[in-house]
Amino acid sequence: MIVAKPKPIEEVIDSVKPYDRILLVGCNECVTVCEAGGRKEVGVLASALRMFFMNQGRTVRIDERTIERQCDREYLEELRGDMDGADAVLSLACGVGVQFMAETYFQKPVLPGVDTCFMGGSLERGVWTERCQGCGQCVLAVTGGICPVSRCAKRLFNGPCGGSTKGKCEISKDLDCAWQLIVDRLKELGRLDDYEKLAPIKDWSTERAGGPRTVTREDVRQ
Amino acid sequence: MAVPCTGKVDLIHMLRAFEKGADGVYVLGCLEGECRYENGNLRARKRVEKAAEILDKVGIGGERVAMYNLSSSEAPQFVRFATEMTERIRRCGPNPIKLAMKKEAA
Repeated sequence: MIVAKPKPIEEVIDSVKPYDRILLVGCNECVTVCEAGGRKEVGVLASALRMFFMNQGRTVRIDERTIERQCDREYLEELRGDMDGADAVLSLACGVGVQFMAETYFQKPVLPGVDTCFMGGSLERGVWTERCQGCGQCVLAVTGGICPVSRCAKRLFNGPCGGSTKGKCEISKDLDCAWQLIVDRLKELGRLDDYEKLAPIKDWSTERAGGPRTVTREDVRQ
Repeated sequence: MAVPCTGKVDLIHMLRAFEKGADGVYVLGCLEGECRYENGNLRARKRVEKAAEILDKVGIGGERVAMYNLSSSEAPQFVRFATEMTERIRRCGPNPIKLAMKKEAA
């Protein structure tokens, strides 16, 4: 999922300060799972903001809504009725949701309430780790399920660099060397021979470095 | 507010109390290690700490919220905590939100 973390409240306060009526919108998907922008977090942030402004002698109206997700226009349309009563929208969705919100409600200022970090999963409650960078050409079949793009600090494709020591990456003793993990896994799967096989050079044009990307599926388009 | 375990107390419950003008909130849970649901009181402590952090950041004051641990058989402890909390809140003074609400009503 997309992993995000709540923005420091001081930063949020600074961005919503100019407005008297705010629509605070959460998202029921990834940001709910990583406890950054779901219904609960909307409630807490709304309460905190109300108290801040009341303490300043201002009555700022904060309406709370949480929709299924903010990356599909059908769900964003559900908010159309709430927009008249808002001077600005504070979205706790990931960067995708905030942008879709801004595009859908072009005349309304839309502000982000979380910092979107990466695509990853949870190791334990409260700890999320990056696993995918969306390179657009998945090689996990040949690397035993470990990604050299997202887990190798240098994104190497031909094995570990000289800095790999005792299974750890040279940039941090807390970071596993991805290629050590790959070799260990291939060994476990009895496929260490694959490590010696020559693979074609990766096509990096499908990666973000090639420019903003679009996926078009003619088979599902209506 | 009576709950089966302090683990049921969530951040929003504490914040709403202050939003409505409460001067202080204290959470009384079982002794750490004695929770019958294992870690309900530990979750509560984390949430109380988070509430204090938020209250500090919004200018209400984190010292208005506190958690105490005791056994349900320790009545004198209960009295001591209640007295301590009352004195602490007296020192903090009234919730500025309560004052703001009164001003607006007037």
